[in-house]
Formats: sequence, C-alpha cells, structure tokens
Amino acid sequence: MTVTTRPHDADDVDTPEKSRRSAPHPGHDSGDTAVNVFSHTVLIGWSILVLVPFIWALVAATKTSREIFGSPWSLPESPQWSNFARAWDKGVGDYLLNSIIVVTGGVLLTMLLGSMTAYVLARYEFRGNRVIYYFFAAGMMFPVFLAIVPLFFVVQTLGLLSTYHGLILVYTAYSLPFTVFFMHSFFRTLPTEIAEAAVMDGCSHSAVFFRVMLPMARPGLLSIGIFNVLGQWNQFVLPSFLSPEKPVLAQGIAQLLASQRYEGDWGALFAALTVAMVPVVVVYLVFYRQVQAGLTGGTLK
Amino acid sequence: MQHGRYRFIAGFLAAPLTLYVFFVIWPFVQAFHYSLTDWTGVSPEFGYVGLANFQNLLNDSLFLTALRNNAVLLVGLPLVTVLLALFFAFLLNVGGSSRSAGVRGIRGNGFYKLAFFLPQVLSVPVIAVIWSVIMDPTSTGLANSVLGFVGSGPSDWLADPNLALYCVLWVLIWGSVGFYLVLFNAAMSSIPRDIFEAALIDGAGRASTFFRVTMPLLWDTIQTSWVYLAILALDVYALVAVMTAGPGGPNNSTQVISLQIAQNGFQFGRAGYASAMGVVLFFFTLVIAVVMLRITRRERIEY
Repeated sequence: MTVTTRPHDADDVDTPEKSRRSAPHPGHDSGDTAVNVFSHTVLIGWSILVLVPFIWALVAATKTSREIFGSPWSLPESPQWSNFARAWDKGVGDYLLNSIIVVTGGVLLTMLLGSMTAYVLARYEFRGNRVIYYFFAAGMMFPVFLAIVPLFFVVQTLGLLSTYHGLILVYTAYSLPFTVFFMHSFFRTLPTEIAEAAVMDGCSHSAVFFRVMLPMARPGLLSIGIFNVLGQWNQFVLPSFLSPEKPVLAQGIAQLLASQRYEGDWGALFAALTVAMVPVVVVYLVFYRQVQAGLTGGTLK
Repeated sequence: MQHGRYRFIAGFLAAPLTLYVFFVIWPFVQAFHYSLTDWTGVSPEFGYVGLANFQNLLNDSLFLTALRNNAVLLVGLPLVTVLLALFFAFLLNVGGSSRSAGVRGIRGNGFYKLAFFLPQVLSVPVIAVIWSVIMDPTSTGLANSVLGFVGSGPSDWLADPNLALYCVLWVLIWGSVGFYLVLFNAAMSSIPRDIFEAALIDGAGRASTFFRVTMPLLWDTIQTSWVYLAILALDVYALVAVMTAGPGGPNNSTQVISLQIAQNGFQFGRAGYASAMGVVLFFFTLVIAVVMLRITRRERIEY
C-alpha cells in the first residue's frame, strides 16, 4: 500500500550508491525504461477497460435513446436532463428512499449487535465462547442460495415480506458473521489497561463497553461500517426474493432494464443508474483506503 | 461481580444470536430437511420422499446444463482472474527503479489500484445493465463499434448461444481482478523488505525475484483467493438474472444452479426439489473448498 511520493527525477540523478550498484550491468537504465513503458501500457489499458464503461454510462444518462445506440461514442447534442425526471417518475425516488431507510437501519443494527457480540467473545472467557465464535464464522462460508427458499418462508410466516423492518433484520443477520469476525480481531488488539482502570473506578460491564471500548474501536468501526454500507446498499439477492413489493435501488435498476426492453427509454435507465452509482462512488473515493483494507482484510486473516 | 458478569454476557449475546439463528442457521437446517420432501411451498402439508429429489436431479437435463455452465465458470473465473491479478501486481511492483526491489512499485501505483478496484464497490445489477447495453448486438453498439474499428464484423454477444456464457464470464472476471490485485498487493507489502534486498544482493533480477521469492511467499493468499473465486462462480446469480435473456438464455446457454433454485422454488412450486439443489450446491462448495486447500497445500513459509 505504498505510493511513491519521491519525485521522478530522483531516478535520473546519478547518486554514488546507484553507480556502484548498476556498474556491473551496463544499459540497466534503458532496461528500466522499457519495463516501465510496457507496464504502464498494460496497466493503462486495463484502467481504460474498467473506467470507460462507467464514464460511458454517466454520459449516456444525458443522451437520448437514439444517441445511446446510434452514436455511442459521441457526446449528446443537447444534454437531456429530463432523463432524470422521467427516471424519478418511473419509481427511482421510491427505490432510493427504500434503500436509504433499509441501509441506515441495517447498518446501525449490524454495527451495534456485531460489535456487542465481538466484544463479549473477544474479551470474556466463558464456556461455549469458541463454539459461538465458530458458529458465526461458519456463516461466511455458506452459499446464500442453499437458504433462500426456506428463508423466504420464514420471513413470510413472520409477516415480514416487503417490509422495512423485515429487510433490516435479514440484512443484519447476514452481515453479522463478517462484522463479528472483523471486530473480534480488532477488540483483541486493543489494550486492556484502560478498561481495567474503568472497572476499578466502578464502571459496569456495559458502561465499559459503551463509554470506553467503543470509542477506542473507532477505526475498526469505520472500516467495517463502510464495508457494511456498501455491501447492504448493493444487496440484490436478498431483497429480490424477500421484498418484491418494496424494491430497493439495485432491484429497481434490474426491473427498469427489463421494462426498457419494450419501453425503450434507455436515457432514463442510465439516469437511474447514475443515481445508484454516484453515492457509492463518492463514498469509495473519500474512504478508499478503508474500503480496500476492509474488503481485503478479512480474506487475508 | 461474577453474577453480573454472566448476566452481562447473556444480555449482550441474546439479540444477535436470536437474529442469527432465526434468519441464517434455521433456514440452512430447514433446507436439508425440505430436500427430503415433496413440499410445494404453497400448501402446509408435505410428505417425505427420501432421496427421490436427488435421483430426479440426475435426470433433469436443465439442472445438468446448469451444472455444466457452473463448471465452466468454476474453471475459467479463478484461473483467469488470479493470473491477471498476479500479472498486474507483478507489473505494479517490478516497475519503477530497479533499486527499489519489493513493493515500492511504479509511479501511479495508487491510481491504478483505485481504478481497478472500482467495479467491486458497485452493485451487480448496475454492472449488468452497463455491460448488457455495451454488448448490444446491433452494429452501432459500443462493443461492436470497437470490433468495427479493428475491422471485424458485429457480434451477437449475449444473444449468441455459443458466446453468452463467455460474456458472463468476462464480466465476472472484469469485476473481480481489481479486488485480487489489491489483495495480492497488500500481501506483498507485508513481506519484509530484507528478503527482497537479500535477493537483490544475490543478483536476482526483477522476474526471478517475483517468481522465486514473491510468488512462494504469496501462496497462502493465492490459495484463499482461488477458493473465494470458486465459491463466487458456484453462487453466481445476479449477473445472470439481470444480464441474460430469459434469464438463463438464449437456449439455456447461461442457465446456472442458482437460477434453477429460484425458478423451482418460487415459480414452479417445487420448494422441496429446489432445496435439494441447494444441498447439492452446498456439498459442491464444501468439496471444492476442501480439495482446493488440500491439493494446493505447500509448506508454509513463516517470516
């Protein structure tokens, strides 16, 4: 994760150290350049392959359907801002609201319950501790599709289909394994002295947790919080079976695509896509270090 | 104090455990139970049919097609993604000054990681919509206009039964490479610098340092990645459901197990049968994870 901050010129300055090392290899510097040119060419090529589809989609949000398919590489003749208004009329406003409510509730509940569980498992010795830990950790390995049919009937029996609180509870339950796993290792790394001092001063167990340990765990909470915001915002499988009548944004996008196959309003579809993409991309650009660390951190351990 | 301690532990664990058992563990257990029944999902009654559901699966040509398609993804996705991610990680790290062996990397290193990782944070339907429009079969579609530029004829992409599955595979790879690049890069930066310096002093070049020092030290991470990608390939749903005609078409050329579970469980009223498919999926996942971790096991290098 190191980014070179050294000015490039430093490579060309012939320091004594460098001449000593490169002396046995004449022509080494031109080799460096060749490798660099090759590397940058390949890496820029893949960057284009990744970025162009997104940029193209953003531009398409201001084009007419005819322009999107007829002249895919050109900019719109006049930007079609009405695409956004029509997307809104097609329900994007509702989908957005549903997503915001469910993700807000889901992430708050996940963070609260996840860190409570992780804290107790990381800091208290009791019988069954390891069992409960592995019980949660196992949840990370199961394919969701094994459970989807019975899960639907569980949610239906409870009368929670297509409700906000139903989705919030299910999102939380499926986010717990990774959150517990991540925060467990985080609480383990925190020093114990401060908590002990707080107990000496007469703090209760839960006061130690809420007043001392949670504030100390802020960096970990931030990483896993962003991870959960992105994960729940992008959730598609669970809501498409459990919330058919209150679609979240990811579902709404899929439904809009299906209906554009006969309605043909592609500009509005890309406007809806932009509404779904921009908040996530902003979160990503602001927190990208935490995002990359959070998403890859669990895999490495 | 002891009494308060246990009350505190129980109090903190009660809500999360209840939620987890109810919505995660219980449905998983039920799936195994339902797989032995002829439950429709509609009526409350059902009878036990033993292993009949599993026997029927063996003669279900649609399920076997789905299984074969999943197998193609299962081989293609991890292989191409890991190779590409390693190749890019290699380029990111061997570039730059030859004095900076190890993980200093080339200029723009941060930008590349930022860009490559982007698909990972967007929801699958968003990606599926963008790519299905890019792969529009008309000659003025974005992908076809690129083909036209290099002088090749327009392709039908997702509408071509021989090509559709590979289009899905491509989008999966395209979305995954960035994640594994960042993962490999993070693993590389946890390798102590003196190992690279020692290799440099011994006269190892860029390539031999990468293949003979970095790769063996990354083996654990590569192995884990392989298992994760295999699970992703077995569990693929959203991309196929949104991107392909039908979904699963044309001519069932992109049919996968998850689609079959959804169709049987929710449209055909065969919840018991769909649960049996889920159980098969579970055992495949389990076997692949265990096999991958066993056959690729090497001596662990501690540092």
